[in-house]
Amino acid sequence: MSLNEYLILSTIIFSIGLIGVIRRKNLLMLFFATEIMLNAVNIGLVAISKFHGDLTGQMFAFFIVAVAASEVAIGLGLLILLFKRKNNINLDSIQSMKG
Amino acid sequence: MFEIVAFYLFAFLTIGMFSLTVFTNNVLYALCSLAAGMIFISSFFFLLNADFLGVVQIVVYTGAVMALYAFGMMFFDSMAEIKEKVSNPRLAFVLSGMVALIIVIMFAAPIIGENAQTGLYPIHPEYGNVQDIGLVLFTKYLIPFEVAAVMLLVAMIGGIILAGKKMDVCYSEMTESEIEAYEKSLETPKDTK
Repeated sequence: MSLNEYLILSTIIFSIGLIGVIRRKNLLMLFFATEIMLNAVNIGLVAISKFHGDLTGQMFAFFIVAVAASEVAIGLGLLILLFKRKNNINLDSIQSMKG
Repeated sequence: MFEIVAFYLFAFLTIGMFSLTVFTNNVLYALCSLAAGMIFISSFFFLLNADFLGVVQIVVYTGAVMALYAFGMMFFDSMAEIKEKVSNPRLAFVLSGMVALIIVIMFAAPIIGENAQTGLYPIHPEYGNVQDIGLVLFTKYLIPFEVAAVMLLVAMIGGIILAGKKMDVCYSEMTESEIEAYEKSLETPKDTK
């Protein structure tokens, strides 16, 4: 297996996540799509780390995992707050300014 | 041979699971397929000799993040239908164009990376992956590691404060009539719906 296969896989998974971010209006699904994108980047980083013989990629993947975990904690807290206020989790319900 | 078979098997499984996550309308299916996809992704880490990250992937994503989502979903009416119409086709067009551009850049990135600096922290095969990562993490990346720890603490406190508001009433310890009286007292002053 060469680096290119892993990078192509990473690109495909990243595109799936991007499609999700663009077309979903359910905020929970939007969070799922963000997780997919973060994971796709992790695959790319670890593949480059292996094929260049350098540990930096794995370090960055490790910190991305930490960022993703804290993003979920804060994001779900905000989502629960939003649900208590608006009573749904539709993305369009956040928009309160008309312009 | 084994590596190629494993790579393509897990690649198709991962892509299938993540497509299911993105295209399904049922939040529960999306959650389950996302958890499955996370486990399949850890297999790539094992294939790439990154054992530590593979274990971290399983423990953090399928253990912590998915459990957090599952608990968070209890607070929502997550089975409710959400109307997903695209009201602005021009915006969708511009965004799709940007996605195409990003994909081109991602495919072109290895060409630029050919002459990138290598061997900053070389892998020592005789140490094993976990020890190797530990050596680099606790020497060269010690300050980012500490900052990440503080960030996780801040996220934990933030999550507790954001989600924990108005949780001082416990429905399970009240009788039916008390709950009805409490809900009426909530509904009368504000109408947020």
